[in-house]
Amino acid sequence: MEMGRNLIEIKNLTKRFGDVTVVNNISLDIKENEFVTLLGPSGCGKTTTLRMIGGFEEPDEGQIFFEGKLLNPIPAYKRNINTVFQRYALFTHMNVFENIAFGLRIKKIPKNEIEKRVKRMLKLVDLEGFEERYVDSLSGGQQQRVAIARALVNEPKVLLLDEPLGALDLKLRKEMQIELLDMQRSVGITFIYVTHDQEEALTMSDTIVVMNNGVIQQVGTPEDIYNEPINRFVADFIGESNIIEAIMPEDCKVAFDNVVLDCVDKGFAPNEPVDIVIRPEDIRIVTNPDEGMIKGTVRSVVFKGVHYEMIIESDAGREYMVHRTIAFPVGSYVGMNVQPFDIQVMKRGDPL
Amino acid sequence: MSKALKRIYMGIIYLFLYAPIIVLIVFSFNKSKSRGQWGGFTLDWYAELFQSRQIREALYFTLLIAVLSTIISTIVGTIAALGINNMGKFSRTVILNINNLPVLNPDIVTGVALMTLFTSLKVELGFVTMLISHIVFSIPYVILSVLPKLRQMNKHIAEAAMDLGATPSYALRKVIIPEIFPGIISGALMAFTLSIDDFVISFFTAGTSVTNLSILIYSMAKRGIKPTINALSTLMFVTVLILMLIINKKSGKGEEILL
Amino acid sequence: MKKRVRILAYPYVVWMAIFIVVPLFLVLIYSLTSGDIHDINSLQFSFESYQKVAEPLYLKVIGDSFLLAFISTVICLILGYPVAMIIANANPKYRSLLLMLFLVPIWMNFLLRTYAWMSILSPNGIINRFLAFLGLPRLEIMPGNVAVLLGMVYNFLPFMVLPIYTVLSKIDKQVLEASSDLGGNRVVTFTRIILPLSIPGVVSGITMVFLPAVSTFVISGLLGGGKTPLIGDLIEQQFLFSRNWHFGSALSIILMIMILISMAIMSRIDKNGQEEGGKAG
Repeated sequence: MEMGRNLIEIKNLTKRFGDVTVVNNISLDIKENEFVTLLGPSGCGKTTTLRMIGGFEEPDEGQIFFEGKLLNPIPAYKRNINTVFQRYALFTHMNVFENIAFGLRIKKIPKNEIEKRVKRMLKLVDLEGFEERYVDSLSGGQQQRVAIARALVNEPKVLLLDEPLGALDLKLRKEMQIELLDMQRSVGITFIYVTHDQEEALTMSDTIVVMNNGVIQQVGTPEDIYNEPINRFVADFIGESNIIEAIMPEDCKVAFDNVVLDCVDKGFAPNEPVDIVIRPEDIRIVTNPDEGMIKGTVRSVVFKGVHYEMIIESDAGREYMVHRTIAFPVGSYVGMNVQPFDIQVMKRGDPL
Repeated sequence: MSKALKRIYMGIIYLFLYAPIIVLIVFSFNKSKSRGQWGGFTLDWYAELFQSRQIREALYFTLLIAVLSTIISTIVGTIAALGINNMGKFSRTVILNINNLPVLNPDIVTGVALMTLFTSLKVELGFVTMLISHIVFSIPYVILSVLPKLRQMNKHIAEAAMDLGATPSYALRKVIIPEIFPGIISGALMAFTLSIDDFVISFFTAGTSVTNLSILIYSMAKRGIKPTINALSTLMFVTVLILMLIINKKSGKGEEILL
Repeated sequence: MKKRVRILAYPYVVWMAIFIVVPLFLVLIYSLTSGDIHDINSLQFSFESYQKVAEPLYLKVIGDSFLLAFISTVICLILGYPVAMIIANANPKYRSLLLMLFLVPIWMNFLLRTYAWMSILSPNGIINRFLAFLGLPRLEIMPGNVAVLLGMVYNFLPFMVLPIYTVLSKIDKQVLEASSDLGGNRVVTFTRIILPLSIPGVVSGITMVFLPAVSTFVISGLLGGGKTPLIGDLIEQQFLFSRNWHFGSALSIILMIMILISMAIMSRIDKNGQEEGGKAG
């Protein structure tokens, strides 16, 4: 995947609704051909950010640049950016063909050209032969495809997608994730994708922007975000994790619950309070408790398909979530080991 | 209920509904002027009907008022509904409650209230006051049938149109109006029938210079029964029936339109 | 965007203020004053008109109006509910025809429908001719309350049937199946499931019949012959003939208030009914 120069630059963007600051001074660069996902819980400001890029909300402060030009004063209908809306917002009084041709007709593109381009789009979204159908008669997944085709046919440089898969059932959602990704690769344009589903974000994105309370928490590749969450919020929101309050007596050491473990992080002040993250799959279990760094009793075992999810209560009374492919019987006393590089140390933030 | 019982019951109800209409129609062809007595077939009453200037004038005013008030109230009501739909909850509730007053108030109260207004403003009652009154009671129905369509519509649909390059006015003409068109049409139909059918409000706001069919029928009926009214009823009934059948055939959804 | 679209409603807000709010306000003012209505300076605050309403003569008129409207509403409900049920359960092929047949008469002018009954019921009308032909005694119901009631039922029955039909036709058939599956016989299914679920339709039917019935002056004028004046006749008289607008306004205000109270009661019943319907469903 070639990613070039910055296509969109967001500088100190702020949006308030009444007294509530929905987007609080965010800055972000988005490159050409990049698949960027704005991820966060509902109300975190991700949709508002997207709507400001699309031109449906006016920022209270800050600028959005598109190819170096200030986008703020340009109305939505003059922006070379298209949107796939939540619940699609298809025109129910038009058939599939007319829905897709809508933007082209406004641009006064010749009829045969419109026909050609709509046909090509229908092929791309796998809806050939659906031209005459009215959108009300389509399934959710088909409506979704029409919405995508309707936006892509205008050959925008950026496609904005606002939780486009939210209304679909799980299986269809998984299929559409792959298809969307294929489409993005084949048309070669920037996708800015909004979702609250962390798994979706991990699957699809080049870059994930985690947001909370209108503030960007972390920007990075899916691997970065998952493996090295910058704070408690990100660690908790992305995947399942054991988050533990600890202190760092010295570089590469963390202390909590009367144990001191090795880690790889440096640069904190001596005895600085920190949060550490240990992913459930990074905890190994040994049957002999004495061989473990932390000893504990298995409290519950749940089969999750690929693995077992166990809750193990340490002698200090802390509960650890552990994912292993082998189950240990409830009540057994075991040891737990963690590799130094599997301990992610984060600055202590606000308690969740 | 057994099937036979149901049929008998429905038969009686339909007889109850249609007997007066059938009587009206039959006696419109009755030579004898006295009701209840058959004096032979005649079309005299129809001839008289068409010769009567009074009736022609009343028909003219009825239709003119209905057409004008339908057009005006449909346009104003649709525009108002677009605005109301974008209002905050509080102002929307206040406006809709006031808007509902002519719907919920007895016609006679609306009628005398408007009459009071016009008289207090020293406006002479006549064509204009009657037209205004018809618009006053029609707009609320237009709003009530357009607003649900606007609320049902995906709230991002205008944005979607603009996202695809439509200017706000293009989006309004080509997307929003077509999306809510069924609501506009049913509002207009309602405004038209209410106007044609209205008696009470017209009665109080028309004054003496203008007469519509309802007022004419009322004054004729008060003076006694005249077979010309029977002829008029027959024609109106047949017109409505034919219109209904056409609509029913065309749409195949007579039920919905009737409702 | 939203703010700009909002402006579209402002002209209508002004219109409503002038033609809906101000007229009712004027009626309220007239009801609370006495003096020459054409001379604002002569108007004086007064309860005279309301005191007049409280006179036994006029209280009886109001009582009669509500009684007749109430009786006609009950008759419409009793006659209309089965009709709505039969149409709702009819073979879908005939359902819309049955419904249309039921609705065609209301597309005929209200006055003509009332007029039609005049020619049937009047002293020299068809029924009496027929009875005379058979040598039977004359039927003297018109002018009179029975004729007025008949006119009300005839005119307003469809307004009872329509809302009930709409609600009944929307009841999920599976709910009825569930009831019989759980051991409910037809009576139980009706009283515990269908009836509670149809309460909203019944309530709006009652409102749609009661409202025009209580305020009518056409039906009583044509079929009642002035024997039992109703509140509508009284208002008409005050505004058009007696020219006592103060009294007419007071009557209008009272009519409005009583209707508002009845509607508040009905909407309370509707709420309770829906809750019970919810429980039953």
